[in-house]
Amino acid sequence: MNRDMERYKEFSRRTIIVGAAQGALFGVLIGRLGYLQIFQQEKFQTLSDKNRISLRLVPAGRGEIMDRFGVPLAINTQNFRTYLISEQTDSVEETLEKLSKIIPVTEADKDEVLAAIGKNRPFTPILVKENLTWEDMAMVEQNLPDLPGVSTEEGEIRSYPLNTATAHIIGYVGRVSEAEMTDDPVMMLPGFRIGKSGVEKKFDMTLRGQAGQIREEVNVVGRAIRDLSREEPKKGHRLTLTLDADLQMQCQEMLARERSASAVVMDANSGEVYALCSYPSFDPNLFSRGIPADIWEELLADETRPITNKAIAGQYPPGSTFKMVTALAALKEGISPYARVYCPGHYMMGRDKFHCWRPAGHGSVDMVAAIQQSCDTYFYDTGRKIGVDAIAAMARRLGLGQKMDFDVPGEAAGVVPDKAWKMKRYKEPWHQGETLNSAIGQGYMLSTPLQLATMTARMVNGGKDVRPILVRSIEDVGNLIPTWNSLGIPQGHLDIVMKGMSAVVNSERGTAHGARMTREGMSMGGKTGTAQVRRITAAMRAAGVKNENLAWKFRHHALFVGYSPVDKPRYVTAVVVEHGVGGSKAAAPIARDILAATLMRDPQRIRTVDEAEAEEARKAAALAPAAAAAVAPKGKKKGRKR
Amino acid sequence: MSLRGDNLSLPDKFAAISWPFLLLITLVASIGFLSLYSAASGNIETWCAPQMVRFAIGMGGLLIVALIDIRIWMRLAYPIFGVVTILLVYVDIKGHTSMGATRWIDLGFLKVQPSELMKIAVVLALARFFNGATSQDVKNPLYLIAPLGIIGLPVALVMLQPDLGTAIMILASAGAMFFISGVSYWMFAVVAAGAMAMLPIAWHLMHDYQRQRVLTFLDPESDPLGAGYHITQSKIALGSGGIMGKGFLHGTQSHLNFLPEKQTDFIFTLFTEEWGLVGGLALLSLFILIIVYGYFMAFNCKNQFSRLLAAGIIINFSLYIFINVGMVMGLLPVVGVPLPMISYGGTAMLSVLFGFGLLMSAHVHRDVKVTRRGLDMA
Repeated sequence: MNRDMERYKEFSRRTIIVGAAQGALFGVLIGRLGYLQIFQQEKFQTLSDKNRISLRLVPAGRGEIMDRFGVPLAINTQNFRTYLISEQTDSVEETLEKLSKIIPVTEADKDEVLAAIGKNRPFTPILVKENLTWEDMAMVEQNLPDLPGVSTEEGEIRSYPLNTATAHIIGYVGRVSEAEMTDDPVMMLPGFRIGKSGVEKKFDMTLRGQAGQIREEVNVVGRAIRDLSREEPKKGHRLTLTLDADLQMQCQEMLARERSASAVVMDANSGEVYALCSYPSFDPNLFSRGIPADIWEELLADETRPITNKAIAGQYPPGSTFKMVTALAALKEGISPYARVYCPGHYMMGRDKFHCWRPAGHGSVDMVAAIQQSCDTYFYDTGRKIGVDAIAAMARRLGLGQKMDFDVPGEAAGVVPDKAWKMKRYKEPWHQGETLNSAIGQGYMLSTPLQLATMTARMVNGGKDVRPILVRSIEDVGNLIPTWNSLGIPQGHLDIVMKGMSAVVNSERGTAHGARMTREGMSMGGKTGTAQVRRITAAMRAAGVKNENLAWKFRHHALFVGYSPVDKPRYVTAVVVEHGVGGSKAAAPIARDILAATLMRDPQRIRTVDEAEAEEARKAAALAPAAAAAVAPKGKKKGRKR
Repeated sequence: MSLRGDNLSLPDKFAAISWPFLLLITLVASIGFLSLYSAASGNIETWCAPQMVRFAIGMGGLLIVALIDIRIWMRLAYPIFGVVTILLVYVDIKGHTSMGATRWIDLGFLKVQPSELMKIAVVLALARFFNGATSQDVKNPLYLIAPLGIIGLPVALVMLQPDLGTAIMILASAGAMFFISGVSYWMFAVVAAGAMAMLPIAWHLMHDYQRQRVLTFLDPESDPLGAGYHITQSKIALGSGGIMGKGFLHGTQSHLNFLPEKQTDFIFTLFTEEWGLVGGLALLSLFILIIVYGYFMAFNCKNQFSRLLAAGIIINFSLYIFINVGMVMGLLPVVGVPLPMISYGGTAMLSVLFGFGLLMSAHVHRDVKVTRRGLDMA
């Protein structure tokens, strides 16, 4: 018993030690539990939510683009697509092979899919093929059980009903390039397209809309268990342009008479652009579907630059269309419009001889006659008197040498040279001979058709600082057409210039008399221009080389700026025919036809969609009290009947 | 001599059973039922009902075991150890021929895991052995060769399966038995030093997946989608439960299957994700109460065999808890030890209840005299 007592004591001692150790271990467990559940709760809560919550974006429909009358210019059409989720198939190659027996999947497509799989996470759907027909789609759907990882989707694709006619204005959309990639997760959506050029690019954010978001609870394999919350996508805003689709198509056709040309038609008072064309053009639908490489190469190699919007990005010496600017600058400098200059066919500055386009000379001309007959000598003389800085200042006031903040990206700024510009650009002082060249719109001077149209508008609208506007209104945002302010040019000066411009077309001696409007009630004024591409050397002049016999790319550009009607100018146009040789022969007839078509349609007089809607709303509002009154007795009657 | 002599009547034995202790066990088991109901996303049939049936059978077994005289158990100690050892050899051979870790014998209605039973059998055998040892005997290293064999044989067999968790548990509980039996401190120091020296060899003998588990345990974030996935997801579930938990049946980690093995080894995680720190502390408190109660019963025993057996069973029970809870909280490597009374699984439940039955038998027969040789039944 004593012995057992001894063992019992030992047992008790040792067991208490073990018990204490167990107590300590429980302390550790409780401490750990508390640490995890109190101090790290937030961290693990986040991780737990990250585990279970998956965000899925629902793409928003892209806003449509309409012309001023509601004619669709850019719309979304149905597009069937197939996707592949790599983690859902054992062999991507095998699945693609099977798929290629059902729908056309080329080797290049396969390579692209494999490359995309390498770049994306295994559960990201990779686009295999889009723009499938309904039949193809049905075939794929039928065979889905044999195609692990393949899924189908009915998406939207951008399409452009007017095709080539609006390609340069509307632009096109395409897949997001690496440079365009931002943090916005919407860009990761396989069907997402971003505006690549034109209005599609400039107003991309407006058109894009707001992607919807589905927060869903997913289990460990990523299967959605339930939606936690759902935010519907907001479609992009619809844009209404100032464009007149019908006029646009007509103008595009007129330009097709030439090899390469561009034209702008705009409202002199409001700045609304009714048509803006660049020919030749391209099919924007090809771009939104993914352009084949050979067609792309061909477009790039073409010397008529089909992809470039020449109406805003083509820079040409304005040539004689600039002479009104020199005239206005001269008037501002106090030179009398009645002062005469004798033109013997050339102008001598010291020992340098400056040729007038008419070797025989124009005789004695005043300002109006000089514009009418486009006498170079008159403007050499006047330009020399007032100096280049005065000319440049007036040119800038009229909108040349600067970007117009136009609604289509890719505008060129042009060049309006003066002494400071040359010093900055070439580190050389200005030569007086260069003033003479500037006075007739040659030399360093460069302008775009859009600038020339704006310049003309500012001269015929009473001297308001109008700028070209293309987007008339944004749905839910409102009208974008501003009001314009005076440039401070005396109306008297503008009248003299307009008198000259009218004479260019409407008087027998005018350079564009051949392109005058003959139809009753129609009239126009304007100015021809011929821009040298290559200097006419003395040798060439001596040899009598005719410009039209040179290689196409060395021929002069033909320009015309015009307005209509003469008595109350409303519409202005600028037409540039690249290498068209002469403004009066190549550009003026097109400009006349464009203005005639514009007058026939008279887009400003026709009610636009939003104007019609506003009127409907006004009518409804006016009727509302009457309607309310009509409803009230009805209610009373009901009450009586019971 | 004493009130409870050598021959107790059945009603006396019934009265001597500690009913509050059985109530504690039932409470813990009920937490298990709730958790299994939740693990099956609110389905009773999947895991909860079978577990309740097993618990009922196990409780019945516990009462029978408790009513059987402790001296009979003492006599059966070696035979039981022998039978379980044979069963272990049997599954090892079967597992070897079927190329893979087989740990159970299929009896049709139940899959018996001999390694689970071995945990109790070793305690039983060691209690029997040390009952016959004097204070002087246990200080003699040569005397300890036989009990070392009692440990070594099953540990070797279990390691062959391979089942690291059970091997560790047998080693640890056997070590504790040596300790409470009065084996000298310096011998533990020698063994500890030897074990440290053996670590590289043990590492060499480990299977790849076992090594991976240890490595992953040391740095779970190194492989969050691979072997570290279990620990990482378990910690996320636990931590995100917070103080009050996500609510019964609302554990996202477990119901969306981010948590692996949620009905077995990781059931503590499932429970604390839904019931939070409050629930976790409540469950651990119940466990502590059982352990304290068990020691209380052990101290009240008048003979060395009962004391050692009761303490050994309690130590074994607590080891389940330490290893399992430590494992799911990222304190220990994942070794596959269930949470007693809670985790889904038949053998573990039955062997734990069998152990408690022995504990209760020791309690009921606490005043019984037992000779050093243990055969005094008269």
